[in-house]
Amino acid sequence: MMTNNSLGEQPESLTPAKGKAGAGSLSLSWSKTVVVIVLLLIWVFAPWVLPAYYLTMANHIGMVALVALGLVLMTGVAGLTSFGQAAFVGLGAYVSAVLSTKFGLSPWFGLLAVIFMTLALAFALGAITLRLSGHYLPLGTIAWGLSLYFIFGNMEFLGGHTGLSSIPPIEIFGISFKSASSIYYLIWIVLFVAMLLTDNLLHSREGRAIRALKGGVVVAESMGVNTARSKMIVFLLAAVYAGISGWIYAHYQRFVNPSPFSLHIGIEYLFMAVLGGAAQVWGALLGAGVVTLLKEWLQDLLPRLMGASGNFESIVFGLFLVLLLQHSPKGIWPHAERLYRRIIAASRSASPESRSSGLDTRAAGVITRFPAGLGHSNWPVSTLPKRAHQLSADAGYLLRAQGVEKRFGGLIANQAISLELRQAEILALIGPNGAGKSTLFDLLTGVQTLDAGEIFFCGQAIHGQTARHIAKLGLCRSFQHVRLLPEMSVLENIALGAHLRGTQGPLRAALHLERLEERELMREAAEQARRVGLADVLHLPAGSLALGQQRTLEIARALAADPLALLLDEPAAGLRFGEKQQLADLLRALRADGIGVLLVEHDMAFVMGLADRVVVMEHGVVIAQGEPAKIQQDPRVIEAYLGVDLE
Amino acid sequence: MNLDIVLLLAQDGLTNGAIYALLALALVMVFAVTRVIFVPQGEFVAFGALTLASLQANKFPGTLWLLLAAGLICFFLDWRYQRRLGEGLVRRIRWPFLWQLLFPIALVLAFWFMQASSFKLSSLPLFAQLLLTLMVVVPLGPMIYRLAFQPMAQAPVLVLLIVSVAVHLVLVGIGLVFFGAEGSRTPPFSEGTFGFAGVPVNAQTLWVLGTSLLLMIGLGLFFEKSLFGKALRATAINQTGARLMGIAPVFAGRLVFLLAALIGTYSGMLIGPITTIYYDTGFLIGLKGFVGAIVAGLASYPLAVGGALLVGLLEAYASFWASSFKEVIVFSLIIPVLLWRSLRHQGLHDDE
Repeated sequence: MMTNNSLGEQPESLTPAKGKAGAGSLSLSWSKTVVVIVLLLIWVFAPWVLPAYYLTMANHIGMVALVALGLVLMTGVAGLTSFGQAAFVGLGAYVSAVLSTKFGLSPWFGLLAVIFMTLALAFALGAITLRLSGHYLPLGTIAWGLSLYFIFGNMEFLGGHTGLSSIPPIEIFGISFKSASSIYYLIWIVLFVAMLLTDNLLHSREGRAIRALKGGVVVAESMGVNTARSKMIVFLLAAVYAGISGWIYAHYQRFVNPSPFSLHIGIEYLFMAVLGGAAQVWGALLGAGVVTLLKEWLQDLLPRLMGASGNFESIVFGLFLVLLLQHSPKGIWPHAERLYRRIIAASRSASPESRSSGLDTRAAGVITRFPAGLGHSNWPVSTLPKRAHQLSADAGYLLRAQGVEKRFGGLIANQAISLELRQAEILALIGPNGAGKSTLFDLLTGVQTLDAGEIFFCGQAIHGQTARHIAKLGLCRSFQHVRLLPEMSVLENIALGAHLRGTQGPLRAALHLERLEERELMREAAEQARRVGLADVLHLPAGSLALGQQRTLEIARALAADPLALLLDEPAAGLRFGEKQQLADLLRALRADGIGVLLVEHDMAFVMGLADRVVVMEHGVVIAQGEPAKIQQDPRVIEAYLGVDLE
Repeated sequence: MNLDIVLLLAQDGLTNGAIYALLALALVMVFAVTRVIFVPQGEFVAFGALTLASLQANKFPGTLWLLLAAGLICFFLDWRYQRRLGEGLVRRIRWPFLWQLLFPIALVLAFWFMQASSFKLSSLPLFAQLLLTLMVVVPLGPMIYRLAFQPMAQAPVLVLLIVSVAVHLVLVGIGLVFFGAEGSRTPPFSEGTFGFAGVPVNAQTLWVLGTSLLLMIGLGLFFEKSLFGKALRATAINQTGARLMGIAPVFAGRLVFLLAALIGTYSGMLIGPITTIYYDTGFLIGLKGFVGAIVAGLASYPLAVGGALLVGLLEAYASFWASSFKEVIVFSLIIPVLLWRSLRHQGLHDDE
């Protein structure tokens, strides 16, 4: 029922920004290819040329980078933190060590057991902390890290503080990963595969949901993201990476004792993730490398310098971490990237045409990737399932609220609020500041729970339902203070709105088996961008847009969910006159498509010229409702707005 | 296990619990006002006990060097900030930051003078030793706030937590440098035991219970009655609102860190005669205070005290039944607490 050309604009501008770079991007990708080939050659031949000491170091870096990768995913991408990753490493090491030494089982069986155990324990730990405020998980992991360390050290069965020895090496097809040079390949292939899977995951529907966590749970849940589940996915993945790292460690070192799994080392892993640059999978490798080498060097240098033995490196690390978070909270990866860019630019400065690189989204820190087939030559309509727009059973009402009440302590924010929104109607909610309009929005969309009253959507009771459930039914919203993910592109922000229209899970996303669906989601997002007039800025970071465009972007995001009703909280605030005209046209077009629009607005001229009906609130109660012309004459409304006592 | 042992363990548990309770109070207080989860609180416990021990051994306390260094850096940073504000040379020198330079220098000179005149610090009365220790260690609190947290006071709780852990790492490392790996035990505030319900009660236990109760009452009065206390409460409830009323967040932060350092240092001196304190013992003690604070959801003062006492008792009985697993048992206490909180958790709330 939704027509897809409601604004009748031709989709010429749907060219990915990188296409504009022309010759410049070609030579860039050429130089990138060279870099990749050189790195690959270095990687393959490293065990032959590296001295034993450095080879051991490289192996160590690979193992810790795997742990740091999980933390990058948690800390940098999802906004979670764990100090207990070392304990997961220890769990992996001990589980496989016990199974292979005490029960004579194959390390490969050990690997399965390790994955199972880390998943089970991380799930239990996550289940009790992930729904709480963000600081409970790290505090929980401190307690868990310490406890596991004490258990390792005190269990006779696990060899106490001396640990377990004569652990067999990993073997497959008669090849034994016994020597440092053979396990080198195992470690680094595991690491690269993990990085690839992580990167794939981040550039998928599930990945967008994970990245949305940083913008707070309210927005993500309002888009239909199950934030508890997304957090759990991240935590489980990080735990499994740590467990696998521990598994390799145990079979490489051939013995385990508790000391590499202490809380102290757990803090070091976090340091690696923060140092490397917490939003990039490569940051994990960079952080792991820098911290490992620095630690080695400091442990060598500092005691000589200070003339005594001690944990001097932890003092330096601690100071470094504080300064880093104060001055460069994104770690050193952005600096490394800038340096790389400068080198590339310097090497190409001879050719002037290469300088016109157009809009460089990567420079702004955006990680966008587009599935093939999103060029301007094919602008098909997305084949995502659409909602059946049949007339609702509730006497034509989309949304109906009755006697809604909300109190904050002694303050009554909403009292006995009743209103109805019909299909293909624009209903405006107006009232002075503090009248309770935004609270009402939060109650209607399930962000806050109401104290009394009933709300129905298409005849279904939705009071007491979660924001996610309500979004799924087709009631979508924007926010009064723009709530976008500023570092994600416009397209990705809109695609987040279409979250509920996809079904593919994290495993398929990590393996990129969901590309077909991903392409449809991106097409839908592009289509909605065009519908609201954002087709020119698809690949820019959302944070770089002007406020008016950001508000429009929020509408596009809500539209991507294929809603039956839209709740827009002050969509015209901060917009210029021309932009307001465009917005009004857009809302009329949506109405023509059958969508019910409820909007909060302060601009009276805008509201009166647009709305079919107006509801006026003051001090938490509805004081009038009806057609705009009638409302403008209503004495109570005039009194509320102008403070004139008419008697 | 007979009744005597039950009572004896209860006495142990309550003694340690009272100290955990003090720490839990400080943690809740710091979190409420600054949103910092103050992990280095435990280091103040260790610094307090070990500084007192070095005084009693007639040694120059290493923490004094730390105070001097931190004070110099703080002074420099504040001075530079004033200069950036364009203040003239005279107006740039102000008490709120000048003390950071003068106080440590005066203390170092005083100590140096005492050592030069071969005056035995150990011959001072205990009260003077305690006071001296407080003077050396407590000013580190506001200085740490100035250096680590003030520049990023608006950062998310999670980032502040990471900074907090980093500061803990630094202080533990410094503790090892200054005090070495050997532990110290200080003599009790007063010798002797009393009989109570047929169980011998150490005088130190009475000191712990009595003075921590006094300290708690003092804190209560401070927050209820004094202007500074009210300012802190206002900041805890609404920082922006408090700021509009003229309460500088920086001032509130430094004041609350001063209080936390005071509580931590005093707790360290209280517990010094009960257990041997090593440079890294403070962390574990602080974490037990944390468990108490988590029971209270980092929000309620009475609940935090209750939780901490529970931790102390649990630890005492656990050390009798399964001494090598007592830490595991104590830290496992947070699992049911978190579970209960998680189940009760409703609605959507964004983290700050």
